[in-house]
Amino acid sequence: MISQDPQPVTIYTPESAIANPGRMFRNMVHDLRMSRELSWRLAVRDISAQYRQTALGFLWALILPLANTAVWVFLSISGILTVAATDLPYPVFVLIGTMLWAIFMEAVTAPMQGVSAAREMLAKINFPREAIVVSGIYQVLFNAAIKLAILLVVLVASGIFPDWKIVLVPFGIASLILAGTAIGLFLTPIGLLYTDIGKGLPILMQFLMYLTPVVYPLRGEGTLSTLLLLNPLTPLIETTRAWLTGGAPEWLHYFLVTNILAMFVLLAVWIVYRLAMPIIIERMSS
Amino acid sequence: MNDTLIKVEGVSKRFCRSLKKSLWYGMQDLGNEIMGRRHGGSGQLRANEFWALKDVNLELKRGECLGLIGRNGAGKTTLLRLLNGLIKPDQGRIEVRGRVGALIALGAGFNPILTGRENIHVNASILGLSMFEIEEKIDEIIDFAELGDFIDTPVQSYSSGMQLRLGFAAATALEPDILLLDEVLAVGDAAFRGKCFNRMHKLMQNCAVVFVSHSMAQVGRVATSVAHVDGGQVTLFNGNPTAGIAVYSSKHEPLMDQCNVQSDILAIEAINVSERSTSDDSNPSRPDIQHIDISFTIRSKRRTEQNVSLLIVLTDSEMQNIAEIRRPVEGANLAAQNTFEQVVTLNKCQLGSGKYYVSCALLVGEGGEVGANCQFGAFIVIDSGWAGYAPVRL
Repeated sequence: MISQDPQPVTIYTPESAIANPGRMFRNMVHDLRMSRELSWRLAVRDISAQYRQTALGFLWALILPLANTAVWVFLSISGILTVAATDLPYPVFVLIGTMLWAIFMEAVTAPMQGVSAAREMLAKINFPREAIVVSGIYQVLFNAAIKLAILLVVLVASGIFPDWKIVLVPFGIASLILAGTAIGLFLTPIGLLYTDIGKGLPILMQFLMYLTPVVYPLRGEGTLSTLLLLNPLTPLIETTRAWLTGGAPEWLHYFLVTNILAMFVLLAVWIVYRLAMPIIIERMSS
Repeated sequence: MNDTLIKVEGVSKRFCRSLKKSLWYGMQDLGNEIMGRRHGGSGQLRANEFWALKDVNLELKRGECLGLIGRNGAGKTTLLRLLNGLIKPDQGRIEVRGRVGALIALGAGFNPILTGRENIHVNASILGLSMFEIEEKIDEIIDFAELGDFIDTPVQSYSSGMQLRLGFAAATALEPDILLLDEVLAVGDAAFRGKCFNRMHKLMQNCAVVFVSHSMAQVGRVATSVAHVDGGQVTLFNGNPTAGIAVYSSKHEPLMDQCNVQSDILAIEAINVSERSTSDDSNPSRPDIQHIDISFTIRSKRRTEQNVSLLIVLTDSEMQNIAEIRRPVEGANLAAQNTFEQVVTLNKCQLGSGKYYVSCALLVGEGGEVGANCQFGAFIVIDSGWAGYAPVRL
């Protein structure tokens, strides 16, 4: 909304920004650039505030996936649930799956949570709205780094040594965050108007997790495996897990297609998010 | 260089009274925006909507200060938020030139767990300062906020006044071209408020200020123009803030409790306030000198031997006593069943512009027992010629 000359002129009219795509894209790039510093500050603020009032500190980034893993390992050992044989020891398989899934989940919830937490600020200060989303991504990345470090320790401890493909893992994580952010940002404008979205999201995500090879491997024929293959999250999780454990990724082309698709989706929902913010701010503050 | 920093042309904004409908309209508006249609449609109201602002026209140049006055809910904050680009107008056009600093609420973005110093960093970057600028100004901000050792204490232990200090200091460090202030000074203590006014005057030399306040004294002190907002309609008093204050004061009469005490000795029947002017004989070219006569009609019900005096208290629009006058009542008048008039003149009236309330009491005897009292509505001083530009002494 601000141009580069020393005395920037800003004009507010009822026209939709989309009516002038050239200017809209220029503004988007400009606002994203302007929000670099701010989003960093906000991320540092939130991360330090988040851990300052806890005794366990950074361990909280691990507790949920670890608890999840424990549940699945218990179910599998006790024989309540039979899971098809995995190439990896089952606990390691589940731990990697739940860790990666947790990263994706955090990326999905980050935009809505961030905007919700920044309500007061959004209603009263004009700053690049992208900063909240970018700051959310920083926080997800930070938590992902902790998770990844622990994963590597567990892998080595259980005798699995990743090969050179470990350098590709960051791309896998980035693609999970990319897809998560695209979905999360898509839900944000509606979710801020109607709280139904926030209430329904955990159920939906639970369901989605079972449609993704997180806690069980992708095997065999049947409706489930067809569904799993149709799920664009499958190649993201599978590929990243293969890179982590030195396996051969089966779905590399599918992985690339998903990423390109996610990028376009993210661009589109970013535009919607920008258009929606004044409308939402008008309704959430009084 | 074009020095008109704010230009508002025919701006209207509609709001919805029902939450359910407002959410639904929000979805519709979003749909329209995505389709590239203009916000606000054809300018018609949908069911349950009303005009929060209708056809507002404003212009503000560098060095000017616009005071926005009006009752709660009149649309002042909505106008500020439109100017700040937080919400979109439904009609019209707003042009804003230069860097905008807004204190629509202080402490927005403060994280309670972090210390004051950490929050300054965050807040200043939210307001648009770069890291380099923040490093350069952090000491100045901390000095201005006068928080002492508390600067390294978590903000959650701050009082609202301390948060105001921190917020104001951070926001004004931005050195904006346009400063938007929304009733922010209400919680500061008197010394800090004075400091803020001096800061605002200093900033005003280089920027345009829009300032919402319910304190006519504050508006009278800093504003060069006044916009009176009433039910979404904005009336502009350009270059004549006192006229705007007078309109506001005459429109919004506070309800005063008539807590009259009547005794069997005395009663106050009526009070009249009139103005009178005399020319200065020694210098005829000078403007006339204004006097205010307050005349009391007092009825004595029965004879009393005790001393009676009339106590008059002048109160300003913020219910602060600004003067007390005590005059003896002549004993001869205090005969039984006698109605008489007593006039008190405020010579060479030097009251600032604004609204004043008169209350009075008749005190009887040495102990000053209240024989009768009453409150009289008010009178308004317009164009006292007092400029509010003298700095505040701390």
